[in-house]
Amino acid sequence: MIAIFFRRILVAIPVLLAVASITFFLIKIAPGGPFDADKAVSPQVLKNLNEAYNLDASNWEQYVDYMSGLLRGDLGPSFRFPGRSVTEMIATGLPVTFELAFYAILIALVMGIFSGVLAALKRNTFLDFIPMAVAMIGICVPTFLMGPLLVLIFGINLEILPVSGWGQLPGDKILPSLTLGFAYAAYIARLSRGGMLEVLNQDFIRTARAKGLTERMVVIKHAMQGGLIPVVSFLGPAIAGLLAGSFVVETIFQIPGLGRFYVEAAFNRDYTMILGTTIFFSAMIVFFNLMSDLAALWLNPRSRDVS
Amino acid sequence: MNNSLWSDALFRLSKNRAAMFGGFILILLIICAALAPWIAPYSYSYQNLSLGASPPSADHILGTDVLGRDLLSRILYGARISLLVGFVATGVALIIGVSWGIIAGYIGGRVDSIMMRIVDILYGLPFIIFIILLMVIFGRNLWLLFGAIGAVEWLTMARIVRGQVIGLKNQEFVMAAKAMGVSNISMFRRHLLPNILGPIAVYATLTIPQVMLLEGFLSFLGLGIQPPMSSWGTLIKDGVESMEEFSWLLIYPGITFTITLFALNFFGDGLRDALDPKTSDN
Repeated sequence: MIAIFFRRILVAIPVLLAVASITFFLIKIAPGGPFDADKAVSPQVLKNLNEAYNLDASNWEQYVDYMSGLLRGDLGPSFRFPGRSVTEMIATGLPVTFELAFYAILIALVMGIFSGVLAALKRNTFLDFIPMAVAMIGICVPTFLMGPLLVLIFGINLEILPVSGWGQLPGDKILPSLTLGFAYAAYIARLSRGGMLEVLNQDFIRTARAKGLTERMVVIKHAMQGGLIPVVSFLGPAIAGLLAGSFVVETIFQIPGLGRFYVEAAFNRDYTMILGTTIFFSAMIVFFNLMSDLAALWLNPRSRDVS
Repeated sequence: MNNSLWSDALFRLSKNRAAMFGGFILILLIICAALAPWIAPYSYSYQNLSLGASPPSADHILGTDVLGRDLLSRILYGARISLLVGFVATGVALIIGVSWGIIAGYIGGRVDSIMMRIVDILYGLPFIIFIILLMVIFGRNLWLLFGAIGAVEWLTMARIVRGQVIGLKNQEFVMAAKAMGVSNISMFRRHLLPNILGPIAVYATLTIPQVMLLEGFLSFLGLGIQPPMSSWGTLIKDGVESMEEFSWLLIYPGITFTITLFALNFFGDGLRDALDPKTSDN
């Protein structure tokens, strides 16, 4: 386990450095500088700006400068919001995005595991068909459609929930969390149903039943531990998906999180912000993938013994 | 043997009502998209500004948007872009993934472990962000969109194909072909490829809806298809902007998009079950 952990970390570090370098040079070859915006600036101002942001140095010097800043956790100044650093902006947006993602994943896990396990236990009854049909809808209706539809129903027609914002009105966190969580609830329901079906047919479950354990004990203590391994390995990649989902959800509900900052940075061509958030997102996703792989390994007794 | 595999599969597929329905919807959509210039009641850019946004009526079956453009016509023309992105980007993913997987699986050894290591590493990266990055840096160009999405979706395909090729490599007919001195190229074309077509077809069908979702996602954020062209993603984006007053502008494109994704998923699942009856239990 520990050996695997360190080996994976050793691979992750050069990968992240490569991502940072590739992104840095991609942005350098992007057409147009960050300051040739709508209003023309005088050559002197442009020169001063370039000097202030160290853009007159050679690409190589800028790269060395940026990378050494990166190692100290300094992602440079934002091009579009003078006086604010990228690190600062990430620090402002991150707690909001984390909170949203946390509620979403909670909704997804509770709804998904409950309906998936139930569907597996009541296989081929309507308690199996109905949740699985709903899950199919959850997979086929994209977040960017689900969000507006929920707003239309609960916010505009029924007028029972706020249509946008985060932490300003009571209940305004419900719709964004549901929107983001629903698609993952659908995937998790399908995965846990499949995983449970596989485990429920195995010998150790028959043994547990033969020992006279209650059905509840068999399911909770014996079947779910193995049956939910696919869900655990899915959680790592799901974090990456949640991130993309947060771009959409934060845009629809006007939530001041990291996702919306990123989309805005992409529109404003705020290159340092794009660069910084890309590196940050990559690091986060590599980390969560590692964690979910390790958790899945640890849950599976066979791989636990080998390593 | 090959023929009976496909005809068996076709028979099983024809028994699967959900898959047949999905396939029927798909064919209908493709025909509508191809014939859009002839069957659409109006041109996609024809504006009747005095009409503005009007609810569904006899003249405009699905109503008009805020610029007085016929929604049905725009959905039909949008189908061309959305389906085109779905098929072309999946094609790009297919070419990269299949070649990568065949080479890694067939050569094996160090080459294989390095190539699959690369796939593992790429799997762990937030590709959606790189697509956005590329769209920002190089402009929002349709061909770049195809390439960028295709370049992201090939990873799973490479893994599937590699697994299949490794399974085939040690079979007698491949060894016999090798012993007869068949060149690598014709080994791929004549012997390996035909035997892995099934899984490739299944995975490709299931990749198309993912690609369409990705395109919709980008267009929704305003980073995908640019006006005057429109895809279903941009129609949904426009619909969201005016949904408080003109909800049909969101609802009809949304329904079309969802039904298409349903059809593709049902058809893909059905194809998988038909080609590999073992998995149909799950």
